[in-house]
Amino acid sequence: MASNGGERFNLLSGSGLRFPLVVGALLVLVVLGYAAAHYMEIEGHHVTGMTNQIVWGTPHVFAVFLIIAASGALNVASLASVFGISRYKPLARISGLLAIALLAGGLVVLVLDLGRPERLIVAMTYYNFKSIFAWNIFLYIGFFLVAAVYLWMHFEPRMRDYIKPVGIGAFVWRIVLTTGTGSIFGFLVARQAYDAAIMAPLFIVMSLVFGTAVFLLFALAVFRWSGRELDTDVVTKLANLLGVFVAASLYLTATYHLTNLYITEHHGFERFILTEGGIYTTLFWLVQVGLGGLLVFAVLWTPLIGAPRRKAVAASVLALIGGAAQVYVIIIGGQAYPIELFPGLDVSSSFFDGVVTHYTPSLPEIGLGLGGVGLALLIALVGLRVLPFLPDRPATEAVDQPG
Amino acid sequence: MKPFAPQPDHSRRRFVGQAGAAAAMLTLAPGVSLIDLARAKSDDMPVSADTRWGMLVDATKCAEGCTDCVDACNDEHGLNTSDRPELDAQYIRKLDLRDRKTGKTYSLPMLCQHCETAPCVDVCPTGASFRRADGIVLVDKHICIGCRYCMMACPYKARSFVHENLTDQVPITPRGKGTVESCTFCVHRVDRGREPACVEACTQAGHNALIFGEMSDPQSNISVTAQKIATRQIRADLRLNTGVRYHGI
Repeated sequence: MASNGGERFNLLSGSGLRFPLVVGALLVLVVLGYAAAHYMEIEGHHVTGMTNQIVWGTPHVFAVFLIIAASGALNVASLASVFGISRYKPLARISGLLAIALLAGGLVVLVLDLGRPERLIVAMTYYNFKSIFAWNIFLYIGFFLVAAVYLWMHFEPRMRDYIKPVGIGAFVWRIVLTTGTGSIFGFLVARQAYDAAIMAPLFIVMSLVFGTAVFLLFALAVFRWSGRELDTDVVTKLANLLGVFVAASLYLTATYHLTNLYITEHHGFERFILTEGGIYTTLFWLVQVGLGGLLVFAVLWTPLIGAPRRKAVAASVLALIGGAAQVYVIIIGGQAYPIELFPGLDVSSSFFDGVVTHYTPSLPEIGLGLGGVGLALLIALVGLRVLPFLPDRPATEAVDQPG
Repeated sequence: MKPFAPQPDHSRRRFVGQAGAAAAMLTLAPGVSLIDLARAKSDDMPVSADTRWGMLVDATKCAEGCTDCVDACNDEHGLNTSDRPELDAQYIRKLDLRDRKTGKTYSLPMLCQHCETAPCVDVCPTGASFRRADGIVLVDKHICIGCRYCMMACPYKARSFVHENLTDQVPITPRGKGTVESCTFCVHRVDRGREPACVEACTQAGHNALIFGEMSDPQSNISVTAQKIATRQIRADLRLNTGVRYHGI
């Protein structure tokens, strides 16, 4: 047991079979993910659905999702340490742990999808500083460090006074990190779907949505598991915050598409995503806007579901499903629409110019992605087991303590 | 007059006075000039920023259905086709264009445009995508990690990823599974004073739709031709100052 300014924290304890069984299941997922990556590396990417037309596939959807969720998972820590809201302070540690775990899961997927993952050391030693990708390598490593230092401030009683400044540093870092991730797409001048500064703020808001939803589900699960109860007020307020973030995400999405609809050269792309894009149009309207947007509002702000915890769980699950569709539409849909080399001319070639590219996610790609999810959860669970992350008092009782 | 701006400084122009220069000025046939022989360099000689290699595509001479340039490129670099064409590497490809309003059709080759400010070079995290001083954009296969960001960034869709194990590679173009590749302007030929395989094939077939040479030299065939006929860059709006220019579209 450890304490921090009167607040007591404990390990995820219990001698039953539940912990080893869950860890075992996650390990199986991780091993399967690694096997999928190994298969892709040995055989080459021809065993995936990716081609010279769709060059980033399902692994990138998983990786980007996890990486921006990592940034958002730090929301609760920021609310506690930057904005000084007491009710979130006992949860700040879990927030930091989850951020580290999700980032690790996302990065592993990203790295193992590389054509030459064994050359990771090259990426760590040769840098082209004009590449936003190279910048992201620093931003990701830095995020690990900042989040780790933030946790250290929490775990070490002598460092309590530094929780706030380090928390502010982590807050700034995560905003910059998600700006970097969004700019991977925002800086792409070649493609009609990208080349837009709004990608950076859009990704920041998406991170707030994904991170809050993941945190709510994870915290509710581990509190229930360990016989604790997450305060209803905290659950309701976080769920409402999630709703606001979802609204902001929809707003930026609408702004992005309305801007494109005003600009004639983007009409073809908008017609594709909004009306004629098949799976991408369905995912956009039905899953991203419908399930991940409107239904979240209905769940949160109508009497559709009464119990606060059920509200929060349903809204979080819907927001994550909608978010996954959103990332899929941005990454895959954005590539499926053909690059316009000659505006006003129909183009055809043996290299699939001028045609919408077909893409089907393959089993190895999905396996690798799920392996990343498994790794993130595994790190988080093992973290809870070995270090005192879980507060022993209800969150509402924790007031007037540092950080 | 210099037809291709911006131009590098010519004050330190090297090499022109070497033996054979006079003969090299002779033009054997339209599009084939021995001037390039004077540009042959030894392996230990660095390339110079005084040179900018470029290509001029005359779409009015490019025949629909003709794939001589593509075939020559595939032979030169050992590129094979498979039963999954969406995975096949294509350094150069033929585009068939049709004006939606007038119905006029065009045919032309598309390849790496060897941009002065190449988006692929900008985005490459490791510097594997690089631009030689003489304007040729290449991939260092030894430090390419296969992230494919360059493929996302190329406005010309000019890059391919090696999706599977390769056999029967040709020595002059070492390729590697898991790395990205594209047109090299046949740098192995250019460094020996020869023209790229596609240009040679087009000329030998009598089409003369492709001219290769020094954009930086106002006296070169490509520069002289560009002074006489209208040329344009594809996606000129991106201001990439491409090394490949087009006429007739």
